[in-house]
Amino acid sequence: MAKQQPRVDAVIVGLGWTGSIMGMELTDAGLNVLALERGADRSNADFAYPKAADELQYGIRHTMMQKPKQSAVTIRRNLDERALPQRKLGAFLPGDGVGGAGAHWTGVLIRPTPTDLQLKSFADQAFEPGVLQDDMQIQDFGVTWDELEPHFTFFENVCGQSGTTGNLRGETQEGGDPFEGPRSEPYPLPALQDTQNTEMFDKAARQLGYHPFPNPSANVSRAWTNPYGMQLGPCNYCGFCSRYGCVNYSKASPQTCILNALKQRSNFAYRTHANVTRVELAADGKTATGVTYIDENGEEVFQPADMVILASYALNNVRLMLNSGIGQMYDPVSRTGTVGRNYAYQIGGGIHMYFDDIEFNPFATAGATGRMFNDFSPGNFDSASHGFIGGAKMHSSQASGTPIKTPLPKDTPSWGQGYKDALQKYYGHHMKLSMTGSVMSYRTNMLDLDPTWKDPYGMPLLRMTFDWKENELKLSRFMRDRLREIADVLKPDHMEESFQLNGDHFKVTSYVSTHNVGGAVMGTDPSNSALNRYLQSWDVHNVFVPGGNAFPQNFQANPTDLIAALTYWSAKKIKEDYLKNPGPLMSRA
Amino acid sequence: MASQPDNMSRRAFLRGSATLIPTVGLAGGISLTAQADEPAPNLSEYQPVFFGEDEWSFLLAACDRLIPGEHAGSGPGALDTNVPIFLDRQMDSPYGHAERWYMEGPFDLDGSPDLGFQYPYSPREVYQKGIAMTQQYCRQEHGKRFEQLDGDTQDAVLKGLEANDINFASLGERQMQASDFFSHLLENTKEGYLSDPIHGGNKHMAAWKMVGFPGARASYRDWVDQHDVEYPLGPVSLNGERG
Ligand SMILES: Cc1cc2nc3c(=O)[nH]c(=O)nc-3n(C[C@H](O)[C@H](O)[C@H](O)COP(=O)(O)OP(=O)(O)OC[C@H]3O[C@@H](n4cnc5c(N)ncnc54)[C@H](O)[C@@H]3O)c2cc1C
Ligand code: SF4
Repeated sequence: MAKQQPRVDAVIVGLGWTGSIMGMELTDAGLNVLALERGADRSNADFAYPKAADELQYGIRHTMMQKPKQSAVTIRRNLDERALPQRKLGAFLPGDGVGGAGAHWTGVLIRPTPTDLQLKSFADQAFEPGVLQDDMQIQDFGVTWDELEPHFTFFENVCGQSGTTGNLRGETQEGGDPFEGPRSEPYPLPALQDTQNTEMFDKAARQLGYHPFPNPSANVSRAWTNPYGMQLGPCNYCGFCSRYGCVNYSKASPQTCILNALKQRSNFAYRTHANVTRVELAADGKTATGVTYIDENGEEVFQPADMVILASYALNNVRLMLNSGIGQMYDPVSRTGTVGRNYAYQIGGGIHMYFDDIEFNPFATAGATGRMFNDFSPGNFDSASHGFIGGAKMHSSQASGTPIKTPLPKDTPSWGQGYKDALQKYYGHHMKLSMTGSVMSYRTNMLDLDPTWKDPYGMPLLRMTFDWKENELKLSRFMRDRLREIADVLKPDHMEESFQLNGDHFKVTSYVSTHNVGGAVMGTDPSNSALNRYLQSWDVHNVFVPGGNAFPQNFQANPTDLIAALTYWSAKKIKEDYLKNPGPLMSRA
Repeated sequence: MASQPDNMSRRAFLRGSATLIPTVGLAGGISLTAQADEPAPNLSEYQPVFFGEDEWSFLLAACDRLIPGEHAGSGPGALDTNVPIFLDRQMDSPYGHAERWYMEGPFDLDGSPDLGFQYPYSPREVYQKGIAMTQQYCRQEHGKRFEQLDGDTQDAVLKGLEANDINFASLGERQMQASDFFSHLLENTKEGYLSDPIHGGNKHMAAWKMVGFPGARASYRDWVDQHDVEYPLGPVSLNGERG
């Protein structure tokens, strides 16, 4: 029989961004809160200079990231392919250890647009019936801009978001994004410094009539004290940001922004090396009684709790729901069940440009450094006439200049003297034009449990079925043509393209993004969402599931501002209504 | 190594004040200095821990073709920068043992390569088997070991591995292809060449100096707005060596 721990009011599974936010909010409400984190304890001291400045360790060997040994994903591109385990990380890099991916993210902190939250309504009004693929399953989030705006603002204050305001309470502001939804407050801090590529991109984009603005950043441009009293120091442009812990208390992370404040609270505790394998349900299946985890000695432990918060990252959240029997597993043939439905991702592409005589100094940069424009987000251009829905963030970013990852033209030799010559010639002479595109949800892009492979604790692995669909490939081609126009203005000495185009399939071996979303989506209709609009399971009312899993499809930018805002939104409802009267917050009718 | 007079004196020199790296301002006003660690060993004196003598001779020869030294053109090579030492040390790291990877069967080798590697070998095994197969091929084809071949023939063998023109299955290895081994070898060689010397390669940060990467300085607040200007300072390593 499993060992049993004393009961707590709320147990949080995972101590990354969403777990830390929930920890703060639920302890505020006076609850006795315990977080269980499968990985190691990590504090700012672990990243103190110069430790984090080690490309091999962090950038290449993924020391801070999910270990496939403990939790691999099996992947196939369609229902007929046999899914195979992703034996080492590749396309996405979920976090492991206190802070989660929030400790090694890049820190581009950007909101969706109001349209992104109501994409289905937008599609119904902007597209003639029959234009969009019939296997598309896009939906509204079920929550509006006005409802989320205060939570974006609060999280951006927690992070010390640095950037240039574009729309303050409906008034367009010079230098910011004219397409952003109205903000109630300006950005907390001014934008990061520009780099050479930023300046070039900005000029070319303006020349073409676009509206570039600085990448909104959670690498802080100035010293900042956040609402929890935590202090961040100005970014050093250290060049070891994306995939690294911050050497300098400058990147917003659970560590720098929340955890030291949270750990002071007597009603909060956390345990590391505690890998939760399932949520335990009461006999009637309507409530959870707690969670079972494997502790660092390999022993099974039952942790009773009145409420369970799954905050273990989108993919892990879905897997825990499936392995625990929370809600009904999605079936792509009958289109019934909701858990695993509407898994989506992000599509990327870009043009690598090489300039023989320009020094980009790519090592002197912050993770979020760059410029973007939003002229091609949904509603801002006529994508219907090109036969696709969605949009892209168009940008030139320079997240780091570490040498092992030096991009080299494909026609240079990959070894021998020619390789060495190319390294000397091209290191520091490269900049990239990129598009980061939205990905819609489809009948057969989904998550379920793998029938063959199991983790070391005997639990089935998550199986991902995902491929690029026609809509996204059209989007990719359209955005490629726009980026080509920018390249034409900049006139590099050499350039080459990398885009997903017709006939391309999802590859798990090279990095795409850690913007895995959907699979347990939020909504107002229990037949097509696993969670109601407060991120509460429709089926097991004391289970809440904050994370990217809640997105019914993906929008064109980075997800964490929205993930965090949704988490605060959910917490508010828990505090205001759920705790007083525990039960379903929305009726199934 | 430590017993060598030139290294002894070098170490004594390094222990002096010359190796205190410039202070790096931290948010809290703390500043850090680090002292250079043991100086990098000479490759010719290094005793490999994981690789056997025969495997070692193969690696020395192969690395010299993958990133040739000054003799072939400007810039240091893999041997000048101790890349084989890096490879040997990696074999004993979590990476070498595939400690973090999912290595449970069944191993389905018929899937698309786009779904990632599926063979049941850790990098240690990839190297052991890959080197053995390559040597077997060289003996069959040329009657010599790889390291005894001339440079052009060695290049042809490496290209044969890269393109799977050398058929491991016909040599008795059915789970892994020649290109799987080659891509490990090439990728790891580049890693050893370009990573921090703390991992055993990139001796005296020679590769960083060649490309103009300042290493672990990690502090450019005063530099970031100097556009299109060559960065003037040499690199610093995690152990505080300056180049
Ligand atoms: C390299 C990289 C760059 C990124 N850059 C950006 C960016 O610029 N902008 C942006 O918006 N987003 C970015 N992201 C994504 C961002 O990191 C995530 O959106 C965010 O961290 C999600 O928060 P979360 O709480 O859902 O998950 P996490 O922060 O990852 O936290 C989940 C935690 O749960 C733990 N856990 C998982 N399973 C279990 C279990 N069974 N038992 C116990 N604990 C468990 C994990 O170990 C982890 O610590 C990036 C991600 C990566 C990897
Ligand atoms: S670039 Fe700035 S925020 Fe990012 S890790 Fe370095 S100092 Fe921290």
